[in-house]
Amino acid sequence: MFLRVATAAATVAALMSTPAMARDNVSIAGSSTVLPFATIVAERLGRNPAFNTPVVESGGSSVGKKGVCDGIGTEFIDIGNASSRMKTGELEYCDANGVKITEIKVGYDGIVFANSKEAPQLNISRSDLGKALTAKVAVNGELVDNPYKTWNEINPALPNVAIRVYGPPTTSGTRASFAEIINEKAFCKKDDEMKAALKAAGKKAKTCRAMRTDGAYIEAGEQDNLIVQKLQEDTATFGIFGFSYLDQNSDTLQGAKLDGVAPTFEAIADGSYKASRALFMYVKHQHVGVVPGISEYMTEWTKHWDEDGILADAGMIPLPTAEREEMAARMTALPVLTADALK
Amino acid sequence: MTNKAFKGLSPQEATARVEASLKQRRKKEKRFRLMGLSAVVLALTFLVILFSGILTKGLPGMFQHYVQLDVVLDKARLDPQGDMSDASLFSGDADKIILEASLASIGEEGGRKTKKTLRKMVSSGGSQRLIEFVKANPELMGTTQTIKFAVDDDIDSFLRGFIKRETAEKDRRINDFTIEIVDKWQEAGLISYELSDYLFFGSASRDAEMAGIKGALFGSLLTLAICVSIAFPLGVAAAVYLEEIAPKNRWTEMIEININNLAAVPSVVFGIMGLAIFIVTFGMPRSIPLVGGIVLALMTLPTIIISSRAAIRAVPPSIRDAALGIGASKMQTIFHHVLPLAMPGMLTGTIIGMAQALGETAPLLMIGMVAFIVDIPGGFTDPATVLPVQIFMWADFAERMFIQKTSAAIIVLLAFLITMNAAAIMLRKKLERRW
Repeated sequence: MFLRVATAAATVAALMSTPAMARDNVSIAGSSTVLPFATIVAERLGRNPAFNTPVVESGGSSVGKKGVCDGIGTEFIDIGNASSRMKTGELEYCDANGVKITEIKVGYDGIVFANSKEAPQLNISRSDLGKALTAKVAVNGELVDNPYKTWNEINPALPNVAIRVYGPPTTSGTRASFAEIINEKAFCKKDDEMKAALKAAGKKAKTCRAMRTDGAYIEAGEQDNLIVQKLQEDTATFGIFGFSYLDQNSDTLQGAKLDGVAPTFEAIADGSYKASRALFMYVKHQHVGVVPGISEYMTEWTKHWDEDGILADAGMIPLPTAEREEMAARMTALPVLTADALK
Repeated sequence: MTNKAFKGLSPQEATARVEASLKQRRKKEKRFRLMGLSAVVLALTFLVILFSGILTKGLPGMFQHYVQLDVVLDKARLDPQGDMSDASLFSGDADKIILEASLASIGEEGGRKTKKTLRKMVSSGGSQRLIEFVKANPELMGTTQTIKFAVDDDIDSFLRGFIKRETAEKDRRINDFTIEIVDKWQEAGLISYELSDYLFFGSASRDAEMAGIKGALFGSLLTLAICVSIAFPLGVAAAVYLEEIAPKNRWTEMIEININNLAAVPSVVFGIMGLAIFIVTFGMPRSIPLVGGIVLALMTLPTIIISSRAAIRAVPPSIRDAALGIGASKMQTIFHHVLPLAMPGMLTGTIIGMAQALGETAPLLMIGMVAFIVDIPGGFTDPATVLPVQIFMWADFAERMFIQKTSAAIIVLLAFLITMNAAAIMLRKKLERRW
């Protein structure tokens, strides 16, 4: 018994004293929206016997952007994925740690507002959608808790159905984008009554990003599949999730038309469907050429990211051809991201 | 026994009163029993609902559809460099050869449209399967062999009836032309529905039809191996010291309280500590079972210490006294008598701790083991993930076939857990001694 304890202790000690181990696989982390596409590319690269399959961690856009800037060395990740662009503050953190990064846009993701096919398809303006879901709205020139209970109270053309929307929680990038595109930009900054009320209350349009908490907007957890299942069971509700989930469930779910445009692959790609956002990866300069496979991983994206590629099959919206070429050039030139470029 | 209530009563009156209250007491007892029984029934009902849900979804997830294709194993095209190396086979034309075989299976030369459709119908893992086949049977080069390939997950969904033929073509994941080909395959008897070999022998994949749990299972085993080899000796040593050697004073009391507190610390905290100490300070790589095992060992340590102490305390003092009485030293008493007798209880505690560690994902999140990892780990320092993480990731993938795969993986995890708990019970039964 004593001997066993001693050997175990010795083993642990030996393992602890091993100096920093080299890493021979690319390490990636970040947005759960980019994850499905990043993993497809990683898996394809891994089929080449010359390379280990990159390890792709989830965690959210903020983990991707912060993680890549944490420092230089193999204990830190090589590439950070994000479904929102880096902010100057986030880049400052990179600079503080001496990390140089290159920004590469890989594609777009549509955010859909969907319901069951058994119910009629909704045709709603972005402004009305924002009015239905923003926590505080203007009534008689004053900001009050959102009083609307049914869709037709907002606009008589909409159905007389209770407002009940399943969506992701605050940690989600999908939710952040939705709140910014719909609540803030399409509603609070456009609606005159709302603008006046915000000014009177001395509040910025950013405060509109808060979603209703009175039960009209229901946080359904980070799992989009859960929302999809709820919509299939309850035909009177709506859900907010990424386009790929609509694409996979096109036989049971339909996306609402936003300002008359339905969320189709083409409409998101050409920009006529407005609720979409760009997907980025941030590559750490200092690791390129040190950790084997980073350049090859980037090149692997270019093989699959066009309209006929496997990434489009999985629901990613490709970049326009010119932008794809520009990004492919960045992969070899590796221009350093500067604060000016982000403005 | 003098009771105030019975003062001044005749014996007859007292008996009558007792009898009247007896009825009440029996009723109470009956009610209490019923409550206990209904609690057990309720728990069992939930268990049955849970298990039947997982089994109905998970059992079909263990099977999948395959298509048999006659493949021409052309050496020059499969192995252009002629040395059968991985690199040579990878640069070969495996994909095209499979496409030609599938064209032949429907008896067509095939235009662009047919080719494009067929390419999406056979799993993209087909080329790997073909390469593995020729690697295993190099003597078959040059012949034509029937090899079964997994069909794409959309075709599998269709064959299972999840994608319906009646649905309008634009709302379906697969078009009418694809269905025509599937019909042709079915008529020719090329489609088979069998136990999925990918599920058990495949690794993580974004293609639902070829995703498997082998990598995660190996990762779990490696992590648990590290975990048990650290937590068990440390836990037992700590328990022996605290119970048998340490003086009972304020310090040991403090330590005891802290161990109990540690048992209640949320597991994610251990992950944060693991990140700060092992990865940032010691510079260990992310996502490796070594770090995962150490973190989980720290997490299960309190459980093991507490149960080991209970087991040591359960050894009757008479045994210690007898050993000391015939001249054994303290060490001899502990190692020859107390430990062997306490071992069943300690092992039970350890196995329960390990079962708990097997199901954890939260502490692994911080150290990078919640990740998509394709390569099967071969050692303690290869990137790896664990079973519950695999389940968690599959549950979130958009492709519909992953729902069944998720349940299938849950069945495997449950089987693993049940085996461990059964082992704990068997050990206890076998080694238990009564005094």
